[in-house]
Amino acid sequence: MPKVSMTVNGKAVSGEVEGRTLLVEFLRESLRLTGTHVGCDTSQCGACVVHVNGESVKSCTTFAAACEGAEVTTIEGMANADGSLGTIQQAFQDNHGLQCGFCTPGMVMSAADLLKQNPDPSEAEIREWLEGNLCRCTGYHNIVRSIKAAAAANA
Amino acid sequence: MPKDTGIGAAVPRTEDRRFTTGKGRYTDDFTVVGLHHAVFVRSPHAHARVTGIDKSAAEAAPGVVAVYDGKQLVGDGVGNLICGWAVSSKDGTPMKMGAWSALATDTVRYVGDAVAVVIAETKAQARDAAEMVEVEYEELPVVVDATDALKPGAPQIHPEAEGNLIYDWEIGDAAATDGAIANAAKVVEIELVNNRLAPNAMEPRAAMAVYDAGTDHLTLHTTSQNPHVARLVLSAFYQIAPEHKLRVIAPDVGGGFGSKIYIYPEEIVCLWAARKAGVPVKWTADRTEAFITDAHGRDHVSKAQLAFDSNNRITGLKVNTVANLGAYMSLFSSCVPTYLYATLLSGQYVIPNIYCDVKAVYTNTVPVDAYRGAGRPEACYLIERLMEKAAKELGVDPGELRRQNFITQFPYQTPVIMTYDIGDFSQTLDAARAAADVAGFAQRKAASEAKGRKRGLGYSCYIEACGIAPSAAVGSLGAGVGLWESAEVRVNPVGSIEVLTGSHSHGQGHETTFAQVVSDRFDLPMDNIKIVHGDTDSVQFGMGTYGSRSGAVGMSAIVKALDKVEAKVKKIAAHVLEASEADIVIEGGAVKVQGTDKQMAWHEVGLAAYTAHNLPEGMEPGLKEGAFYDPTNFTFPAGCYICEVEVDPDTGVVTVENFTAADDFGQVINPLIVEGQVHGGIAQGIGQAMLEHAVYDESGQPLSGSYMDYTMPRADDLPSFKVSTHETFCPGNPLGIKGCGEAGAIGSPPALVNAVLDALSGMGVKHLDMPLTPRRVWEAINAAN
Ligand code: FES
Ligand code: FES
Repeated sequence: MPKVSMTVNGKAVSGEVEGRTLLVEFLRESLRLTGTHVGCDTSQCGACVVHVNGESVKSCTTFAAACEGAEVTTIEGMANADGSLGTIQQAFQDNHGLQCGFCTPGMVMSAADLLKQNPDPSEAEIREWLEGNLCRCTGYHNIVRSIKAAAAANA
Repeated sequence: MPKDTGIGAAVPRTEDRRFTTGKGRYTDDFTVVGLHHAVFVRSPHAHARVTGIDKSAAEAAPGVVAVYDGKQLVGDGVGNLICGWAVSSKDGTPMKMGAWSALATDTVRYVGDAVAVVIAETKAQARDAAEMVEVEYEELPVVVDATDALKPGAPQIHPEAEGNLIYDWEIGDAAATDGAIANAAKVVEIELVNNRLAPNAMEPRAAMAVYDAGTDHLTLHTTSQNPHVARLVLSAFYQIAPEHKLRVIAPDVGGGFGSKIYIYPEEIVCLWAARKAGVPVKWTADRTEAFITDAHGRDHVSKAQLAFDSNNRITGLKVNTVANLGAYMSLFSSCVPTYLYATLLSGQYVIPNIYCDVKAVYTNTVPVDAYRGAGRPEACYLIERLMEKAAKELGVDPGELRRQNFITQFPYQTPVIMTYDIGDFSQTLDAARAAADVAGFAQRKAASEAKGRKRGLGYSCYIEACGIAPSAAVGSLGAGVGLWESAEVRVNPVGSIEVLTGSHSHGQGHETTFAQVVSDRFDLPMDNIKIVHGDTDSVQFGMGTYGSRSGAVGMSAIVKALDKVEAKVKKIAAHVLEASEADIVIEGGAVKVQGTDKQMAWHEVGLAAYTAHNLPEGMEPGLKEGAFYDPTNFTFPAGCYICEVEVDPDTGVVTVENFTAADDFGQVINPLIVEGQVHGGIAQGIGQAMLEHAVYDESGQPLSGSYMDYTMPRADDLPSFKVSTHETFCPGNPLGIKGCGEAGAIGSPPALVNAVLDALSGMGVKHLDMPLTPRRVWEAINAAN
């Protein structure tokens, strides 16, 4: 089997993968980073969103082998160095932006990319950006609130 | 004033740290050394005889350790799946339950019915090998629509249920109701469909079974809302293992909404296969499997008549419902269209005469069972659509017609079993109208008209029944279990507290709200308190979480256990401090003698209980108390939802402009969490009303088997919601809680549909069935013109 090497949450990692191995499988099964979730098989729920070279991607539709040499960040890499919650994570907790938590890693990773591109998004912009992330629990109301709060905290 | 972590405080959730950092542990996140993977071979046909299975190629495939079929499963004595609530027909005959084996033996009855399982070293190998299993089918005629299934000559699905009729049930007084309709000044009639839904918890179902041959013991990690019930049913009915040799763990669970109450074939097969093959086995559904195997919800077709006297007072309601239960009777399927539905048909109104007839029917579709609201959304939709239609036909204000018929005296005995204990329906109507700015609607409507859009406003005044339920009462109605809840409160020697609860959290935030109840009682910080749930080895038998019961029933059990702990703490302190028990108060982390400076720190009482050096004469050492709480009645959350929509008549696109909810949930423990429950429920209700529909074609092929064709509500489909609560405390339980988990999903669909029909009333559109997709709306507009 071919070998793949990449940096995940700042650590150099490598492993053997099949050509068909998805990035999410490599993260969850080889690296045991189970914070990245799988909620669908048609690339539509966003539970699997991670950052590859600074951009949010769906790790369920990315081959692990294609990430050779890439910088990958997962939800496990989003807390502050001292272990405290990052701004977006804290905003989700403060604003009750999660219930069962299954969509949350993907939501936080998507939100991080949004705020990087657009530090002060409107409600409509947030809702539009989240179009690729499904949540069945929150009705999105408090997710939108959380992202607004994170934007305000960053300002 | 509420303490900052006590009852009523908006405490951010303590569980969020693990969920926001990727440290939640869901079933698929667990692994063990030597883990193997199960992939199921499923029927591609909706109805067929299985005439042969050739497993040889799959068995020889790389990594495969076993391929099992239904004959082996039945041969090993694994029992058939059961429905746990016995409902009888009006003629007294018991419901007709067809046999359901976890792997089909000779007949498959829906697309997705499992016929074999492959166990292999990797999931990819199991998937590859599953494709090599050759199953020979002889196709049989198919029926997917419940009304069609009742017609003479329809394909017969189970030999046990002639004409596919499971039961023909009734409630209420037929003759009196017919009389009311015959003598009415006005009868409003409706025929409607309550559309079939796929629950879609974001975490797909999963199971990991590990067999320890040394102790002959099985452990199951699974996505369950009620692990003890799972263990009981797996033991007592499916003969997987005796209860003491089976541990069921429901770790973090990514949403349930009812779909994870049931024990499905996959859990049974994983347990059986783990022992038989001698390897640990994990199965995780992919989303397509979820669509074709998770129990669906709703799927009713109803006809109803609502009778009014000349003063616009309701005199009678007659309902006829056909309920599609799918290909097999799922665990609680029988009670959903009966005791959870027809018993709520009185709504918020005085209706002297009610009669309802329900036919439950087999079809070649995935089983249908409880989904968020379970029966109550169907009842609410029916009555609230009727009320809106009545207001239009009578030419009166829909809010005032409702108010005129509101129940105002409590307790109120409806003609359909339920006794409403308390409520104030005018209060929530007024609150919703004010928050929705109904007064300003005409102006907004004019503005919409000016843009060529149609604007409408729709009400829904819902009531539902939660806190299921007094065990003796449900037992008399056919329930196979009691519906109490259990709790144990352990005060450790150093004063920290563990609460073991039979409730299960899969998003509801119990680790926070339950701890708030303890924090409130003993004035202790939240981080001194831990809530333990979801593991049959750690927690005493409990009934689990569904039907918005964890507050009203689960917390009541905790309160009972806390009462006992408090009593013992006071006895110990009174003894040590040489004071009267009546003078002992617990506050600020200490146990004090009122009016003196004598006190013990909270942890000193714990220590005294466990060192037992100086306890009152005859007192047992330790500080740990358990309680079982059996509810005294259902609880009755109620409220008023107002939806305002804009419709583009050229495209049929509906936009939700405002959605307002005014709810009475009784005592609120944590407003942050309660609001979150309402938001999520409303989103699911709007999803049902506008977007979602689980559809089968005539040959029984699911047409909505992925997110490509089943429309889930997304962030840009929804507005922010205006929600508020207005309490009348439930007299039936110690905290006055009614429950908030399902209200949003129950109350919102009729508000939306009523709003759209209001918007289109000037265009001659009188009826629409959910989901109100642009196409349906556009077609209705064109048909009316
Ligand atoms: S799992 Fe990647 S989009 Fe659903
Ligand atoms: S919090 Fe459960 S799916 Fe979003």
